[in-house]
Amino acid sequence: MTVMGNANEMMIEFDGRPSNEGFARVAVAAFCTQLNPTLEEVADIKTALSEAITNAIIHGYEGEVHKIRLKCRIENRCLYVQVCDKGKGIEDIEKAMEPLFTTKPELDRSGMGFAFMEAFMDEVRVESAPGEGTTVHMKKAIGR
Amino acid sequence: MIVVEKDYILQGTCLYVRLPEELDHESGEQVKRQTDRVMSENHVQSMIFDFQRTMFMDSSGIGMIMSRYRSLGMRKGCVAVMGANERIRKILCLSGMHKIVAMNEV
Repeated sequence: MTVMGNANEMMIEFDGRPSNEGFARVAVAAFCTQLNPTLEEVADIKTALSEAITNAIIHGYEGEVHKIRLKCRIENRCLYVQVCDKGKGIEDIEKAMEPLFTTKPELDRSGMGFAFMEAFMDEVRVESAPGEGTTVHMKKAIGR
Repeated sequence: MIVVEKDYILQGTCLYVRLPEELDHESGEQVKRQTDRVMSENHVQSMIFDFQRTMFMDSSGIGMIMSRYRSLGMRKGCVAVMGANERIRKILCLSGMHKIVAMNEV
């Protein structure tokens, strides 16, 4: 990604531990304040981000601790969020995105992760290949 | 009334759970473990989840409530929710929880 004009970017990398999810949510919420979002918009972003990170920890790394990279970009009143893991990847992305579908019912997963991302963001795109990890791209327009 | 531990109160066979400020992957697992423990040591027939101080919930919270509903035998009214703000209610409705969880009665 190249920065041009009014764009602003940040990137953080952290261990894929459940205890870091709250940290990542706060980091993104703080970063996007420059767009002067409503509380509702901030809550939407935090929820969607939380889903993507939980997925990386539970499904990508299956509980092992490896790095998760979070990139955010602000451009033209839009927030772009990327959550990237180098975990096991997703075999069937379309299936994974179906509401209530989960590969881990034994862990009491609701299967609502991608549905929440889609409900709270304007765009969600998933790049993944088995053995190569997963990157979730999300976009949300702020103040529209 | 028995205070099993902080935020977990047992009244008869009904377990009252005061949920944390953020109900996510980490804290959802904690609530699951704690309620499992109370259920293994006591006869619990229903649960009330108090969202009064909860400002954030994601699908991990939904998974936790669904699993409590299952372990209580999926009977009508075995799980109730109180004190949920507009945001939490929206998330509960979005995931269809309002159909299995009593949301207004408490």
